[in-house]
Amino acid sequence: MNRREFTKAMLACGAAIPFGITRAAGQTRGGTLNTIIQPEPPVLVTALNQQQPTLTLGGKIYEGLLKYGADLKPMPGMAQSWEISPDGLTYTFKLFPGITFHDGKPMTSEDVVFSCMKLLVETHPRARQNFSRVASAEAPDPLTVVFKLKQPFAPFIGCFDCTSAPIVPKHIYDGTDYRKNPKNDKAIGTGPFKLKEWVRGSHVHLVRHDGYYLKDQPYLDEIVYRVIPDAASRALALENGTVQLVQWSDVEFYDVQRFKAQKNLEFTTKGYEYFAPHQWLEMNNRIAPMNDKRFRQAVMHLIDREAFSKRVYFGNAKVATGPISSKTRFYDPNVKRYEFSVDKAKALLDDMGLKPGANGKRAEIKYIVPPYGESYQRAGEFFRQSFARVGIDLVLVGTDMAGWAEKVGNWDYEMTQNLLYQLGDPALGVARTYISSNIKKGILFSNTQGYSNPEVDKLFDEAAITLDAARRQELYSKVQQILVEDVPVAWTLEIEYPIIYDKAFKNIVTTGIGSHETFGSVYKS
Amino acid sequence: MTPLGSAAAIGLQAISRIAQLVAVILVIATFNFVLVRAAPGDPAQVMAGQSGASDPKLLDDLRKEYGLDKPYFVQLVSHLGRVVRLDLGYSYRQRRPVVDLILERLPATLLLTVTAFCLALVIGTALGALAGLAAGSVLDTVFTVLSLVLYATPVFWLGLMLVLVFSVTLGWLPPFGYETINVQLSPIEHALDIMKHMIMPVTSLAAIYLAIYARLMRSSIIEVAQQDFIKTARAKGLSGTRIVVGHMLRNALVPVVTVAGMQAGALVGGAVVIETVFAWPGLGRLTFEALLQRDYPVLLGIFLILSIVVIALNLLTDLVYRLIDPRMTTGAA
Repeated sequence: MNRREFTKAMLACGAAIPFGITRAAGQTRGGTLNTIIQPEPPVLVTALNQQQPTLTLGGKIYEGLLKYGADLKPMPGMAQSWEISPDGLTYTFKLFPGITFHDGKPMTSEDVVFSCMKLLVETHPRARQNFSRVASAEAPDPLTVVFKLKQPFAPFIGCFDCTSAPIVPKHIYDGTDYRKNPKNDKAIGTGPFKLKEWVRGSHVHLVRHDGYYLKDQPYLDEIVYRVIPDAASRALALENGTVQLVQWSDVEFYDVQRFKAQKNLEFTTKGYEYFAPHQWLEMNNRIAPMNDKRFRQAVMHLIDREAFSKRVYFGNAKVATGPISSKTRFYDPNVKRYEFSVDKAKALLDDMGLKPGANGKRAEIKYIVPPYGESYQRAGEFFRQSFARVGIDLVLVGTDMAGWAEKVGNWDYEMTQNLLYQLGDPALGVARTYISSNIKKGILFSNTQGYSNPEVDKLFDEAAITLDAARRQELYSKVQQILVEDVPVAWTLEIEYPIIYDKAFKNIVTTGIGSHETFGSVYKS
Repeated sequence: MTPLGSAAAIGLQAISRIAQLVAVILVIATFNFVLVRAAPGDPAQVMAGQSGASDPKLLDDLRKEYGLDKPYFVQLVSHLGRVVRLDLGYSYRQRRPVVDLILERLPATLLLTVTAFCLALVIGTALGALAGLAAGSVLDTVFTVLSLVLYATPVFWLGLMLVLVFSVTLGWLPPFGYETINVQLSPIEHALDIMKHMIMPVTSLAAIYLAIYARLMRSSIIEVAQQDFIKTARAKGLSGTRIVVGHMLRNALVPVVTVAGMQAGALVGGAVVIETVFAWPGLGRLTFEALLQRDYPVLLGIFLILSIVVIALNLLTDLVYRLIDPRMTTGAA
C-alpha cells in the first residue's frame, strides 16, 4: 500500500459507521458481571500504572481515542473519525460529541492534548516514546485534536487505544503531582463504568456511567472484580459460577482443558491480537557459550517446541518462527526453520568446540525460573530435560518477582524465559528487544540479552519511519531473516491466553484488545 | 523507705522499663530494616517488571518518589525517626498510609485467626486431656490418630477440599471472601453472612492448631499423672475429679500456655495460606504481597507491630504462668 492508498484507507475507516454505537436487537439492559482481578492493582488509573490487571480493570473506566480490531486496523473509540495527511506528519482526530467524565465535566480536545503531551509523557513509558515523536499537539476546537509529528512514524495510528493513551481529566490533574493526586483513588475517566467501591484485598465494584456518550450503553449495570489470589480457588470460582469471566492467566493452562468441556462456558483465544504475547528463552549474549551464534542456533534445534506447546501449555500456544508473531503486522513465515533435531544441535555444539567432557557434560548453565506461575516452572523443567539430551546441565534457580527483575534487568543472568507483547506493530513491540540503542542496564524489557547488529538497527529504524506498507514489509522481512539466523533469543511460542466466560454474556470479545475493552457493549442474554 | 520514696522508685523503674522497651523496639526496627533491604530487587524494578515496559525515567521517578535515591544510612535514620514518631509511613505500591492499610485488614485477620485459635485451644486441650486421661484406650488411639492426620494434612489442601465439597458440590457455603458482595443486609444478616463465610477458613485453620494442642495436652497429662504429687493426692484419698481438675490440669496446662503464647503473636500476622485460598482480605496476604512487591514501608510497619505484640504477649504469658502455677511467682519458692 502506498502513502495515498494508506491515507484513503484511513479516511474510509474514519467515515465508517462507528462500531457498536447503535443498539442491535436482543441486547438487554441490566445484569452484573462477576470476574477476577489478579493480582490486585495498586491503583486504577491506567495513565499511572500499566500492569496488566490495572489495564484490564482500568479499560472499563478510561478510554482511548481508538480501538483496534482483530486485524489490528483502527476503529472508533472516543474519536469518531480521523485523517492522516499524505506526508504522514499530521494526524487529525474528530471526537464524539457529548463525552463526559464520571464527575460530569465534559471531555474535550484539551483533555486529549493534556493527557498525551503532558501527563502520559511523564508517567507512561510506552506513551513517552510514542509522543516524544510529536512536534506539536493542538486543540483548534473542543472536538478536534491535531498532532504534528517531527518526522513520519508509520505506527503512530496504533498508539491510541485505552492501554497506550488513556485520556484523563485535565481539570483534575493539571498543575498537580500526578502520582500523588488525591483524586487517583476516585479513578475518574470517561468509560462506560465508574468506580463505586474498592475494598482492598476483596473486590472492586464498578457501576454504570449513566452519562456515557454511546446510546444505550453500557448494557450491564455492574461489573464486580473479585480478588482471588490462589489459582486453584480461581478455577473453583469459575466452576461454581461465582465468577462468569476469566482472562489472561486467571486460570492455569492445565485447568483450561476442563473448562473447554463445561457446557455453560464459552472458550476463545481471540482478543489478544494487539498484544500477541511472544515468548522466548532468553540467553545472555555477553557470556560464553551464549555469545556464540552456533550455540544459540543449537538451542533452537534442541527444544521440541511442538511438544513444549502440548505438554506445558496444553496446546494453547503456537510455535514461534522468529521475532515477529504471526498475529502481528509484517510477519514473514519465509524464514529459516529450526526443526527439532538433537543431532543438529550436537553437531553445532561440536563445531564450536563445546564437546562433552569425561562425565558426558558439555556445560552447566544457570536458568532463572521466572516467578509468573506454574507454567513457567513447568517450562523450566521442560528446558532442563531438553538441554540434558545434548549434555548441557541446566540448573534451575528459583526467585521471586523482585529478584528476577533485578537479575535480568542488570544482565546478571545466564538464561531465563521472557515474554513481551508485540503491540500491533514491530516498531512498537518488537524492535525494543533487538536494537542496540535499547541496551540499557537496569531496565527490564529492553535489549537485556545484549544483542547488537548495526544492520538490524538500521532496518528497524528505517521501517519505523517508512509509510509505504510494501516497503515496510520488505524491511521487516529482511530483519526477520537476519534475526532468525543470529538467534539473539530462542523464540519458543506465541502464547494463546484464553478468555472463558458464561455463555449468557455476549460481546465479551469484540476487538483485538479483548478483555481490556470497555465492555460497554457487553450484555447478558 | 517513705511512701514518697517508694513511689519514686516505682516511677524510676517504670521509666527504666519504658526506656528498655523503646531501645528494644529501635533495635528490632533497625534489624528489620537491614533484613528487609538485604533481599534482592527494589520496588521500582518490580513495578516496571509488572508493567511490561520500562525506561530509565520511570525507574528514576519511582526511586525518587520512594526515597530510594537517598543513601542507605539516611534511609535508615529516616525510618527510625518515623518509628519514634509512631509514623509507619506510606505504602510505595498502594500510595496510602501504612497504618490505614493495616487497620483495614486487621479486623478480618483477627476474626479469622482469633476464632480459629480459641476454638482450637478449647477443643484441642479438652480432647487432649480426655485422650491423656484414657491413655492406651480405644478413645485415646482414635484421638491420637485423628490429631496426627489433622497435623499432617496440608492446610491449603484441606481448604480446597472443603470448598469442593461444601461450595461446589453441595452449594451450602460461600466459597471465598469475607462477606457477600453487592447486597443490602441488615446488621444481623450481615453478621450471619460473615459467620457463614468464616466456617470453612476457620475450620481449616483451626484443624492444625487443634491437632497441636491435643497432642501437647495428651503428653502433658500423661507426664503429670506419673508425678509424685498426684500419687500423694490419691494416697490422701482425694476424689478423682479433684485430682484431675485441681492438680493434673493446672500443671499440664503450662506447656500448652507456653506454645499458645508463642502462637498468639503470630495470629496478628494472619494466616497467609488460608487467606490466599479463601481470598480472605487479611493481614497475612498484605504481608506476603508486600514482600513480593518489596513494599518496604508496609513490611516494616507490619513487622514493627508484630514485634510489639510479641513483646506484649510474652509479658502476658509470664502473668498467666503465675496464675496457673503460684510457684513461678518471685519469692514464692
